[in-house]
Amino acid sequence: MEQDRVIQFQAGSLNVHIIPSKTFKTTTFNIQLNAPLTEETATKRALLSHILQNSTADHPSRQQLRSALEELYGASLFSDVTKKGEHHIISIRMEIANEKFLKDQTPLMEEGIKLLASVLRNPNLENGTFNEKIVEEEKRSLAQKISSVFDDKMRYANKRLTEEMCQGEPFGVHVLGREEDLQAITSSALFDYYKETLKKDKMDLYIMGDVEEKEITSFIMRYFPDEQADERESRQLSERSSNELKDTPNEVVEEQSVQQGKLHIGYRTDVLYGDDDYFAMQLFNGIFGGFSHSKLFINVREKASLAYYAASRVESFKGLLIVMSGIQSSHYKKASDIIFKQMEEMKQGNFTEEDIEQTKAVYKNQILETMDVPRGRIELEYHNELTENPIPLNEWVKRTDSVTKEDIVNVAKKIKLDTVYFLKGKEEATK
Amino acid sequence: MTKQTFDQLQETLYFDKLPNGLHVYVLPKKGFNKTFATFTTKYGSIDNHFVPIGEEEPLRVPDGIAHFLEHKLFEDEEGDIFQEFSKKGASANAFTSFNRTAYLFSSTMNIEDNLETLMDFVQKPYFTDESVDKEKGIIEQEIKMYEDNPDWQNFFGLLKAMFKEHPVGIDIAGTVESINQTTKDLLYTCYKTFYHPGNMVLFIVGNVEPEKILQQVRQNQANKSFPEPEDIQREIVKEPAEVDEKKVVIPMPVNTGKCLVGIKEQRPDKQGKDLLKHELSVQLLLEMMFGQSSENYQTLYEQGLIDDTFSFDYTGEYGFGFSVIGGDSKKPETLGNAIKTMISDFLQQPINKDIVERIRKKKIGYFLKAMNSPEYIANQFTRYRFNDMDLFHVIPTLEALTTESLQETLNDHFDVETQMSQCLIVSEGESQRA
Repeated sequence: MEQDRVIQFQAGSLNVHIIPSKTFKTTTFNIQLNAPLTEETATKRALLSHILQNSTADHPSRQQLRSALEELYGASLFSDVTKKGEHHIISIRMEIANEKFLKDQTPLMEEGIKLLASVLRNPNLENGTFNEKIVEEEKRSLAQKISSVFDDKMRYANKRLTEEMCQGEPFGVHVLGREEDLQAITSSALFDYYKETLKKDKMDLYIMGDVEEKEITSFIMRYFPDEQADERESRQLSERSSNELKDTPNEVVEEQSVQQGKLHIGYRTDVLYGDDDYFAMQLFNGIFGGFSHSKLFINVREKASLAYYAASRVESFKGLLIVMSGIQSSHYKKASDIIFKQMEEMKQGNFTEEDIEQTKAVYKNQILETMDVPRGRIELEYHNELTENPIPLNEWVKRTDSVTKEDIVNVAKKIKLDTVYFLKGKEEATK
Repeated sequence: MTKQTFDQLQETLYFDKLPNGLHVYVLPKKGFNKTFATFTTKYGSIDNHFVPIGEEEPLRVPDGIAHFLEHKLFEDEEGDIFQEFSKKGASANAFTSFNRTAYLFSSTMNIEDNLETLMDFVQKPYFTDESVDKEKGIIEQEIKMYEDNPDWQNFFGLLKAMFKEHPVGIDIAGTVESINQTTKDLLYTCYKTFYHPGNMVLFIVGNVEPEKILQQVRQNQANKSFPEPEDIQREIVKEPAEVDEKKVVIPMPVNTGKCLVGIKEQRPDKQGKDLLKHELSVQLLLEMMFGQSSENYQTLYEQGLIDDTFSFDYTGEYGFGFSVIGGDSKKPETLGNAIKTMISDFLQQPINKDIVERIRKKKIGYFLKAMNSPEYIANQFTRYRFNDMDLFHVIPTLEALTTESLQETLNDHFDVETQMSQCLIVSEGESQRA
């Protein structure tokens, strides 16, 4: 596997990671601001992410900021929030064309970094706080975004499963926060929170593209001043959460007027990224439900034709396994029986060496393909900032290859059913 | 074999037309781990009325059959093709659009084996009554999934409003009723008519040796026999120039409403360079009117009528074309009216040259970004090829657009009185969260 070297250094409060690569025609920047996920801060962080991407001191209106980006050959700028386990991360991403593919050789890179830095450090202020009008606009926009999670039934079912499963745990908090918390956030409270974020968050900046190390370093030093360097702890890793097991699995059924039922099942794995059995868990998931050759796809879709999709994924920073399927509501029992049976088969070791080899090949392929996309490569690198036990990317393939059947059965045995969530269609049962 | 180089983009494209009529393109991409290949036939959901090969009379086939066929090709006597790919570390997929069906894989290893599998399974249909029946349950769930998807319902609701006769208004997957009319024999009829190599394009992009991989493709194709290519006779639909209905409202269990405004192409007869120029012009004009840097976007956002789901797009093919503008809104009705007024106002003003220059730069930058994506290159190149256009002419064509030519396109396309439809998704009201 080809492995580009990563250049790392500290620029004040910012951990900088440069991944030089001649493969791409653009340069990708990603600033990651990491803080613990909590109910008190979740809504503020989601709102802050909206505010930052829409206005700066130099370009106070959305229209002005977007025009400036267009002048930079359509540099894209986008901010959002994600959760990785119980970390709540604000990402600010920019992608900008490499000037060597342009006719007029505009000095895009420096202008791009300058603009990106101002998004983070130089927001649009009015009387020493965020501009009131913009805060109100973004509150409305975020409220709408939160409320429309309900409209996408797959997302809604995921949200409901997580809420039910992780009640009382930080992971149960929705990534966008809560609509009811929004109204109380004033622009001055949000500005205070912004200052706290700059002071306390773990901040990483990733740059991937065909860049000159010296040049890019000097731009970073120039535009990202480091006044708050020493107030920060070097790492902020949340504690491994307790994962308290329920005595009996939870079953939650909800009804709506939908055509298709959504069956989402949550299991506890207690395997996190960085753990010794992390790759065994990935391969377990691959054989069980991660791919189109997996047991869920074959048995729920191909053999029983009950579903168009039946898949599983792992939540690597929380230690969960989530099964998702869209089925006819009257097939709830049939489909869940097949899914539970596949889990039992996995625990019994009823899969072959061939299944393992096949899954290893597809999983390794997935890792390598992710590296072909700057955003994906940065994401993989960033995983190592979120664990006490970093795994260098060039070891991923080797670690995958060394997993044995025994390892997979051992992780399978750790997996405990926690919550079954079913969004049921209303009229369907009568058909 | 021919070889074309694009100096500014630093790309080289290899092409060969094989004796059986298949067009093969290879774009080497150094530095990438993966190779991506698409095998595409010029056959999609709109091709539902045609003269089957070797016959005289036109046949109307059930809606959704192109998509059904796409599903069924993944099975042969030995079983499931996904298995063949995953054993070799590849992930495979397929999609059906209005006018094409593409089969694809991406992989970082065993490229030759995977390419062989791709060519072989697409060129080896195997359908039984039993397997066709079994597929109906799966497709039924696929259809149901889309029935619950408000964005999809909004989009097809709009197409149905715009088009009276043209099959572009029919859902790509068909309906539960229509898929139940699908039979093994009908699938074979469609397959034989549309899956001739002369109607197909193979595109390979990735870390490959072009001469070597082309040789492999030639060899694979030489080992198979196909009848002489014949021109496919598709029924031409008589579609009125103007829209069928001006407004459609669909209630669904949603919290937030949605509004899409469509502008129907009056004369969708362009191909090749004309179509490319037209498509880029309409896209540029849409950016000027409703892009994030526009006055209109700012106004709609400040008025609370839109959020960041607001977007727009133009689709131009031979026989049909349309612009779509809109997104989530608490007041879909008000948004629809505002968009209409904004288009009318834009038509009254002279085109601003500075804004044209800025948007041109933006679109050039976006094209460079897209060149990072093997998926984009393969899919778009093929779509362009089927319309006699060339993906690598995008930048020069963009550079050649003038305010005069944009003005012509503006007047030609954006007629809100006869060419505009709206589709609104509104909340049923019964499903508000507790």
